Amino acid sequence: MKIKTAADLEAKKQAGLRKLQPGKARIAVGLATCGKAVGGMRVYERLREIIGTDSPDIDLSRVGCIGYCREEPLVNITLPGKPLVILHRVTGDDAEEIIRAVEKGEAPEGKALCRIPSWDHVTGCTFTYGRGFDRIPAYEDIPFFSHQKKVILRDAGLINPEDIDEYIAVGGYTAAQKALTGMAPDAIIGEVEKSGLRGRGGAGFPTGLKWRITRDAKADKKYIVCNADEGDPGAYMNRNEMESDPHMLIEGMIIGAYAMGSAEGLIFIRAEYPLAIRRLETAIGQAREYGLLGEDIFGTGFSFDIGIATGAGAFVCGESTALVASIEGRTGRPHPRPPRLTDIGGGLFGYPTDLNNVETWCNVPVIISKGSDWYARIGAKGNTGTKVFSLVGKVDRVGLVEVPLGTSLNTIVFDIGNGGANNKKVKAVQTGGPSGGCIPVRLFDTPVDYESLNRVGSIMGSGGLVVMDEDTGMVDIARYFINFATIESCGKCVPCREGLKHTLLLLNKILAKKGTKKDIETLAELSETIVATSLCGLGQTAPNPVLTTLAYFREEYDALVKP
Amino acid sequence: MDERTLDAIIARHDAPSGKLLGILGDIQNQEGYVPRQTLEMLSEKLDVRLSQLYSLATFYSYFSLKPVGDHVITVCMGTACHVKGAAGILQALEGMLGIRCEATEDGKFSVTTVDNKFTVEIARCFGACSMAPVLRVDGNLYGYATAEDLPAILGEYGWKV
Repeated sequence: MKIKTAADLEAKKQAGLRKLQPGKARIAVGLATCGKAVGGMRVYERLREIIGTDSPDIDLSRVGCIGYCREEPLVNITLPGKPLVILHRVTGDDAEEIIRAVEKGEAPEGKALCRIPSWDHVTGCTFTYGRGFDRIPAYEDIPFFSHQKKVILRDAGLINPEDIDEYIAVGGYTAAQKALTGMAPDAIIGEVEKSGLRGRGGAGFPTGLKWRITRDAKADKKYIVCNADEGDPGAYMNRNEMESDPHMLIEGMIIGAYAMGSAEGLIFIRAEYPLAIRRLETAIGQAREYGLLGEDIFGTGFSFDIGIATGAGAFVCGESTALVASIEGRTGRPHPRPPRLTDIGGGLFGYPTDLNNVETWCNVPVIISKGSDWYARIGAKGNTGTKVFSLVGKVDRVGLVEVPLGTSLNTIVFDIGNGGANNKKVKAVQTGGPSGGCIPVRLFDTPVDYESLNRVGSIMGSGGLVVMDEDTGMVDIARYFINFATIESCGKCVPCREGLKHTLLLLNKILAKKGTKKDIETLAELSETIVATSLCGLGQTAPNPVLTTLAYFREEYDALVKP
Repeated sequence: MDERTLDAIIARHDAPSGKLLGILGDIQNQEGYVPRQTLEMLSEKLDVRLSQLYSLATFYSYFSLKPVGDHVITVCMGTACHVKGAAGILQALEGMLGIRCEATEDGKFSVTTVDNKFTVEIARCFGACSMAPVLRVDGNLYGYATAEDLPAILGEYGWKV
């Protein structure tokens, strides 16, 4: 059935609510890539076997990931009138005990991580599960969760990403309906501008402005593209956003397409994310079936559809001109701008093209739904909204965390992450991946916003935060990133191609304890030259790991070279 | 790859956007590498020069031109895996499989054992950083992998001491 009116959407919402709260017990297993890698499928299969033979009255479903990766596999239990209970570190052997408890209307307390009496899905109403189970800790008392603010990850781990009805049940597609049936394109762009949303891919360009430029471009065809290539090693925010809540991305793109006047959208996603690709394909299929993609969406006459293009592993394709070349079937080598993607002749197949990161698109429905004022109150001035980070490396509580921009590194690494794993001392955190820098622990009061990170020599990047402890050698880390950048350099311009190669040779020499003080000076000089003279963002930022480790951990370099 | 399979893959990618990389990706997924003979066939069918296909297959790290063994072990070399000891896993694999894990001149990495049972490759990042270090065997991910776990993991695929 095609959804045309608010009443149609409401009918689907009720259908979705019946799935989320079926009036009987529901067990849902967290099955994103990470949950699967630590045995989530075995848990799911075991539960299915037992339910199949003994307890046909229990609903079994699958959800995405709530982000507390260290505690995986996670299983949610919903009993009528009771709080949703999240179980952690579940194995196949626990399945029997879980089902026996659920049959008695109880939650297996020994396996419980926390309880959620009610949940704010932000774009919908607050969802009330129920009361009771007071001996299980409340969600907001779990330190990993209590400092977070879930706006983008509002549904992740709570709804079935392969069921559009459940997305609609928690308020999904109401923002698209509101935008397409009640707002002029200009008003939508105005809202995005007023919200202060900036590009979540890392550069922080104002999204509303980019949209306006694309809208104003005079052409008979325009593309909108979602960058889901997530090439930064150590970052997986986008993967989870797509695996856990793919319709949020699709809804954001529908709103953007209408605002910019585009009929064709593309999601450029890396081939290394097979599950995310499959879930997006499923979600796009369901959205077409409901008439949310295709012709005459919501009966407005507006038509829009989304295709998927797979990337094949090239970090340089984060550069917009290289990304477009890749979709067109060429090698991803950047060219100087202008022309920009938004210019005629500069975008995909020569048409004006708007390119935004997955998470940028995911911010759109909530801005339209709650309004720009509501949104702009989150975060800091000039850095509004929340940002999702993958907190990984040698930190105790690894996982995906979402915090308002402007939150300090201390809060993220120590309050949420509980400091170093295995009681080791945290030494530094790397933000922004191969383009970013290593920030020492003494600067952890730095607020995580675009400008403050630049001031300490790093960048926001897409959201990877890799924690390093006392055992991590910082010169080795610099070499790791330079090795990465050397291989990923497209080879077009000399500073990047040759400069990085020689940076790597110098670092190898220093690490082999054959270097001299002069080599360290050459390293610094060479790095600055590469930054100043490279063609694109890859080369311009690739020396950052060297420059920051030289600035903050010079003693580690000095200890390796001959006096 | 036979002609029919290739035709089916080409038919799946009828939109111009993402066409070539999509087709090459499907070939890579199906065969474990991109065979020269398939590239030649593709070149003729699409009327795209072989040199262009070759440039794509060598530029993008997802593609490999070298045949692979029965089981493909892919070790993640992302940042989180690196700081948590991915290099140690490669080293252990060298010992277990009697191979030398080295990148070739073009930065590609694919080493196959003499008996053609296992191929070791590296990946830039699986995005499963929370359970670093991670490795993948034939599409199955193994999180929190240590060198000590390897005999049991590879045992599932017929590895013996």
